[in-house]
Amino acid sequence: MRSIELTLNGLRVRATVEPHETLLGVLRQRLAATEVKSGCERGDCGACAVLLDGRAINSCLALAVQADGRAVTTVRGLGTPEAPHPLQTAFIELGAAQCGICIPGMLVTLYAMLATRPEATRQEVREAIGGNLCRCTGYHKIVDAALAAARRLVEGRPAPQADGRPINQPGDRG
Amino acid sequence: MLLPRFEYVRATSLLQASTLLAENPAAQPLAGGTDLLVDLRERRRQPPTLVDVGDLPELRGIESGDGVTRIGAGVTVGELLTSPLITTRVPALEAAARDFADFLTRNKATLGGNVANASPGADLVVPLLALDAGIVLAGPSGERTVPLDAFLVGPRRTVAHPGELIREVVVSRHGGRQAWYKLGLKRGGAIAVVSVATWIAPDAAGRVADARIALGAVGPRPFRPREAEAHLVGAVLDPERIGQAADLAAGAARPITDVRGGADYRTAMVRALVARCLGAAADA
Repeated sequence: MRSIELTLNGLRVRATVEPHETLLGVLRQRLAATEVKSGCERGDCGACAVLLDGRAINSCLALAVQADGRAVTTVRGLGTPEAPHPLQTAFIELGAAQCGICIPGMLVTLYAMLATRPEATRQEVREAIGGNLCRCTGYHKIVDAALAAARRLVEGRPAPQADGRPINQPGDRG
Repeated sequence: MLLPRFEYVRATSLLQASTLLAENPAAQPLAGGTDLLVDLRERRRQPPTLVDVGDLPELRGIESGDGVTRIGAGVTVGELLTSPLITTRVPALEAAARDFADFLTRNKATLGGNVANASPGADLVVPLLALDAGIVLAGPSGERTVPLDAFLVGPRRTVAHPGELIREVVVSRHGGRQAWYKLGLKRGGAIAVVSVATWIAPDAAGRVADARIALGAVGPRPFRPREAEAHLVGAVLDPERIGQAADLAAGAARPITDVRGGADYRTAMVRALVARCLGAAADA
């Protein structure tokens, strides 16, 4: 067992962990961060995505000991109920969540992508969530919500569309 | 589901890591972990100790000079995509990095890990083979550089000794006309059915001065169909010559039939995709 200390959503936390415990397991079972979802546990589905020092990764493929001294941000750290992130607002307003299990990972992934490319196109959004599986296959509204949030992030500047289609076009298959 | 038990050491220097690995041949280096931790979970590998090389400054950085591009083994696939040096000098590697797994995996997976794993279809290995990359191995008693073509032995097998870690990859070709094509069963997160990289150096008269073709997922390891390459040297890249080279490349392929495709299909795709890459070079 070894003691680790990390910053979780801005708070300093400590945990005693075994070397073979994953970051996902310790977040959910020791640190009560059950907003991080467990899906495939082999890096295929993106449900467990978190930011590790600002970089979006699958927490099932990181060891808890590797987070020692680092900052972990979960979906809970992206905004607050009073001041949600534009992505969170857009997901609510556009009904982008169905069963919801993929949404924490989707939001973390999109947050990281939009942080460097707020002008992302529909195609870039789709590529960014290539490793985030929605078992409801509800990608259409997820992509729409991401683009709506991207527009808000660039303050009203319309997001350019690689495929030339307007956003939220009826019948768009996302 | 739990991982099997192991000891964990976070290495603080490359020498410490290589010494530990040399003293414990059953130990495994851990970089991005996107392959290793999955293998551990599925009990395909059960090393007693993992030596984490993810923090080593010796494995960082991308730089160019003396006609070569040096890429640290610890550079992630995502970092390759944000480097202007990679974009301008080795666009075939950038294209392969873009087709590599998905955004979340690219943020963890490293160049060195992809090379060291020696998968027959390793995405980054195929363009690196077409660009005559060298592998700099660091061991407890020093360094040696091995051509990538000699580094790869077979599936998951390389010439690296226990304790030898890839420190950097040196790409000695750049510019020219580079092309890459990966055929997968889907657009994101796909494992290659066939992958092709080509590098063509034209001479002043517009003929081919030098040529490289590398093929992935159609043999025990990525390889170069040398007859096909030789057939291009001195020639004009016209459709007839391209077709002949593509036939020679297809003839050199030794694919297997698996869940991703049949051997006959893979051979046909080698012919089609080599022709496509060379056609792109002809049109450049």
